[in-house]
Amino acid sequence: MSEFTSGFWGPYIAVITLVSVLACAVFLKMTGGKKRLAGEKLTTTGHAWDENLQEWNNPLPKWWTYLFYITIVFSLVYLVLYPGLGAFPGVLGWTSVGQYERERALAAKEYDPIYEKFSQMDIPALAANPEARQMGQRLYLTYCYQCHGSDARGARGFPNLADNDWLYGGSPEAIQATILNGRVGAMPALIDAVGGAEGVKEVANYVREISGQQPFDAALAAKGKEKFAVCAACHGPDGKGNPAIGAPNLTDNIWLYGGSLATISETITKGRNNVMPAWKDLLGEPKVHVLTAYVYSLSHQSK
Amino acid sequence: MDRPLPKVPIPVVEASPVEVDLYEVRKAIYPRAVHGVFATSRWTLVILTQVIFYGLPWLTWNGRQAVLFDLGARRFYIFDLVLWPQDFIFLTGILIISALSLFLFTAVAGRLWCGYACPQTVYTELFMWIERRIEGDRPKRMKLDREPWSLRKLGIKTAKHGTWIAVALWTGITFVGYFTPIRTLLGEFATLSLGPWETFWVLFYGFATYGNAGWMREQVCKYMCPYARFQGVMFDPDTLIITYDPARGEPRGSRSKSVDRRTRGLGDCVDCEICVQVCPTGIDIRNGLQYECIACGACIDGCDQVMDKMGYPRGLIRYSTENAMLGKYPEEETALRKVTSHLGRPRVLIYTAILGMVIAALAVSLAMRVPVKLNVLKDRANLVRETNDGWMENVYRLQIMNTSETPHRFSLAVTGLPGARLVSDTPVVSVSGASSIVVPVSVQVDPSAVSPGSHRIEFEVRAVEDDRIAAGAYSSFYLRAP
Repeated sequence: MSEFTSGFWGPYIAVITLVSVLACAVFLKMTGGKKRLAGEKLTTTGHAWDENLQEWNNPLPKWWTYLFYITIVFSLVYLVLYPGLGAFPGVLGWTSVGQYERERALAAKEYDPIYEKFSQMDIPALAANPEARQMGQRLYLTYCYQCHGSDARGARGFPNLADNDWLYGGSPEAIQATILNGRVGAMPALIDAVGGAEGVKEVANYVREISGQQPFDAALAAKGKEKFAVCAACHGPDGKGNPAIGAPNLTDNIWLYGGSLATISETITKGRNNVMPAWKDLLGEPKVHVLTAYVYSLSHQSK
Repeated sequence: MDRPLPKVPIPVVEASPVEVDLYEVRKAIYPRAVHGVFATSRWTLVILTQVIFYGLPWLTWNGRQAVLFDLGARRFYIFDLVLWPQDFIFLTGILIISALSLFLFTAVAGRLWCGYACPQTVYTELFMWIERRIEGDRPKRMKLDREPWSLRKLGIKTAKHGTWIAVALWTGITFVGYFTPIRTLLGEFATLSLGPWETFWVLFYGFATYGNAGWMREQVCKYMCPYARFQGVMFDPDTLIITYDPARGEPRGSRSKSVDRRTRGLGDCVDCEICVQVCPTGIDIRNGLQYECIACGACIDGCDQVMDKMGYPRGLIRYSTENAMLGKYPEEETALRKVTSHLGRPRVLIYTAILGMVIAALAVSLAMRVPVKLNVLKDRANLVRETNDGWMENVYRLQIMNTSETPHRFSLAVTGLPGARLVSDTPVVSVSGASSIVVPVSVQVDPSAVSPGSHRIEFEVRAVEDDRIAAGAYSSFYLRAP
């Protein structure tokens, strides 16, 4: 109970609790347990329904009164065993965190052998295992679908995982590294480097040309090709990208943000920042292994 | 109400310093064994219900227990039927049918349920039979209980309670056997390796059986059962009740068989008190209809035996109605006619009509039940996205539940949008028996063919093998303005 800001509150709450419990006992003693004497005038609750229907004011049955006493005993036992009396942690030492840990340990006991078995298998073999694939799908639909979509086809800014086009490489090891450690993709704003708004237009038209999209302005694209040297540092002189740093291939007409002239211009003008979080700490390596197999299976399905 | 309510005087209590105990101590009841039409019908029903109750968990069907309520997996197996939580409406239907049957039977013939089918009656009957076998009939039992404790008495009592506990435990195991496969359960019970919940319920149900049928008996009906208290409102003057015919019986009095009762001015009741001795709730039916009466008919059987011995006509205590006793039925009607000619009253007809409709509705919906269910969850993080060819798509998760025990392969389809395409990694989805599967799909439309906004669409799954097995579910398709 270290959450209390001052040592005063612990005893304060303990005293209020105990006084309330005792007051209940005193109240019960005062009101209950009286027997009616023979010949004593019967009193009613004072109401009459349907002209003459009245209710006698008899004492509670004994067993009923005892139930109330039992609740008092229960509460005292409870306060000794469990936290409740101010800062007193209870002799059982129960905490909600402890219970959570116990339940996790129970779950681990059940599932760890399964993950252990799958950890021994390599990713392509696991991807072909229906049981592992179902487990992977459940993990995916819990942790990944929010960004990448239930069908793993991604969304604007979130890569499609099923098209076998990879920013950081599609080998089992690369996928596993991405999930475990996350990725930070940064495209700087290059409007100044390419020579202002006009330069952006030229480079954007060139990118349209190398990605095989129509229409584009051939004259602007030719000028843009010269300025593409700035981009080549990351995307390579031929624009085919660099998986080592996650620079996208610009020639395959697969887009993270969109391939229209306006979107490409916006990307060059303002840059892009993108983050894939790391899952190593939350999920642990055995789960990531199964998840990797599922993601791998999406683009390596035997159809 | 055409009659004024009888005034019940509150007893005047004399002044005395002695405390009044408000607790009514139970008077021990030693029902005498009885034979006759009603005893036979009650035993027939006891045997019938118990053969079903104890026997059903042992039946196998399709390689599993025929009737099993698997709470952990949330599947109820009843022969060929597999019910899922989504089928809860059937339970509602069964409960409505039970309630309406109770109303109907009570309106026609009083507490038939109490007298013949209620587990409290059935197990009390079983336990009393065991008691009679071990301790003997009424006089022997009364004598035994008056005796001081001896080795013989201890032996008899131990034998009785031992048998009761054995039956009670078997009942507990059978009950839990409806929720856990009974063969494994029995094995675990034999090796004392039951799980904590199974142990609790076996013991709880066993203890309830032993306590209620062995010790509590009529007190459950008198003090605990709410039905006993509210059934009175379902009676009417034409309801069959077990009743003593005071016009014929009074004035009561013992007499020798050779004496002509008419010359003595006596009625047919010989005041032998057999009707009181056989009563499991310990009432005297000659005082009229009482709330304790569970309509078991034991007093009718008992009285008929005595009437036969005396050479008087049967039926001094019989099933009759309040109106018949008041002489409101035409005289020329025979006894049976009197019963049947008043069945056509509105209360009975209305209950029958409603009951018939509910039973028909349940039967039809069970017969037309399709063993597949479909749930659709729309992806809401990305409402809509563009495909590489410029179409717009929404993503959905289809949960396909195969509620039959045969595996099925399902084809997927979507309707509600012109020219919509359904894209899935698995165009035909295999779902094994009594399981469910989640399939992500996307629906794509040509944005020039559909107006922006929300559109109602319907997914449909249909078994490839049998196109009658199909289910649909609605969802929305969102399209943003260009």
